[in-house]
Amino acid sequence: MTRTVLPFGPQHPVLPEPLHLTLTIEDEIVKEAIPKLGYVHRGLEKLAEIRDHTQMIQIVERVCGICSTLHAMCYCQGIEALMNVEVPSRAKYLRVVWAEMHRIHSHLLWLGLFADAFGFESLFMQFWRIRERIMDLQEATSGNRVIVSVNVVGGVKRDINKETEKWILETLDKVAREVNQLKTTILDDFTVKQRTVGIGILSKEKAYELGAAGPTLRASGIAQDMRQTGYAAYPELDFSPVIETNGDSYARTVCRFNEIFQAIDLIRQAFAKMPEGELAVKPKGLPKGEVVSRVEQPRGEVLYYLKADGTKFLDRLRIRTPTFANIPPLLDMLPGCDLADVPILILTIDPCISCTER
Amino acid sequence: MKDSALVITEENTAEIPLDEVITQSRILKDEGFRFITMSSADLGESVCVLYHMDKDLQVRNLRVTVPKGKKIASIASVYSCAFLVENEIKEHFGVDFDGLPLDFQGMLYNDEEVQKTPFCKIGIKRV
Repeated sequence: MTRTVLPFGPQHPVLPEPLHLTLTIEDEIVKEAIPKLGYVHRGLEKLAEIRDHTQMIQIVERVCGICSTLHAMCYCQGIEALMNVEVPSRAKYLRVVWAEMHRIHSHLLWLGLFADAFGFESLFMQFWRIRERIMDLQEATSGNRVIVSVNVVGGVKRDINKETEKWILETLDKVAREVNQLKTTILDDFTVKQRTVGIGILSKEKAYELGAAGPTLRASGIAQDMRQTGYAAYPELDFSPVIETNGDSYARTVCRFNEIFQAIDLIRQAFAKMPEGELAVKPKGLPKGEVVSRVEQPRGEVLYYLKADGTKFLDRLRIRTPTFANIPPLLDMLPGCDLADVPILILTIDPCISCTER
Repeated sequence: MKDSALVITEENTAEIPLDEVITQSRILKDEGFRFITMSSADLGESVCVLYHMDKDLQVRNLRVTVPKGKKIASIASVYSCAFLVENEIKEHFGVDFDGLPLDFQGMLYNDEEVQKTPFCKIGIKRV
């Protein structure tokens, strides 16, 4: 049996992100996968040394467009902890609204790409058509479709009025209805089941041991979600993580579908409970100390380590993104798979290399 | 208390000697702690390496100060997923991890022509 070494990526028709793997295959069965990073490495963390801690909000929003507001939220949360700033209640609820909008549009983007990977082009367009509704909401509420720049240290810089709230809730009803129609179209499809059920199984024990994050972790039956830690207004909302138990590619897809409906519900709850009040408090002084800040992005847990020495510049900014955490589990899932299943399997961790390489 | 923003203090962070990294990591793993990631910062003559673990969403940190030029044991034998971030720290700060199962030789992200240890305040050029 001959072994063949196959470079996979960074450019591949199925992959939206430049993931680069070196696959060793034997008769089209993957035996080993080695990652090669660096294709889009920008060294953004280093900018913390020459941009002050408030300017860094705009930098971290650009680590990843899809998760922009969540990167900023995580960063601001860390600085707020260092400066002992209590964020106003209304701002906490508004952060939830934008964070969950991000989750919906990220999952819809992924579902479109997932459908496209099977060759279901019209389904791909349907998912992205629905996603446009969320992009419109983001543009109307933040002034930008993708980079939702609303977080500041101490709160948020934009409000949502009652008229816009009504429009958002009506739009979310349409989104829920349309996603529900597509759910059975893709999840009951014979080809999709053939290529995802029982493929790329990550056991519960392995998911925990290898440090998996987000839907990749929860689809293996572990009910862990950073929103349980109680940041922003999540402690006031009825929330429990969406989990699946099979740990295969299909379970990860179902998990993302259900998280869309959960995100819609969380936005509804947030609007129902949102109090009136100020949007931000002005922080005093400069950050000093070390902090570890975590939030749940659409792809999973993101961690920021911030080290501040009492000047306006941070001494160190370190970002651990969910895809970085999901690479070791992916390397564990790939051996034993057919070469033809590799693109779909990679897609099911929803890789974001822009995040990973920073 | 579950930790979303945890200010690092002596209560949640244990300062450990260089040669106890594996032992202490093993203790945490046996207690059921999950490896999240590692962070590092340049201290001038040395590099601070922080290991972040959590259990039931509570974070516990281990802190090791590694003098520049000294080796530190890789914890990949305890937490196999640590190899990736150890390679990152090796590239960015020049910390040499002993026993890395997959060693990118300080070139996880960058190519050979890029300055060595780009995240140290004073970098070293490759020759």
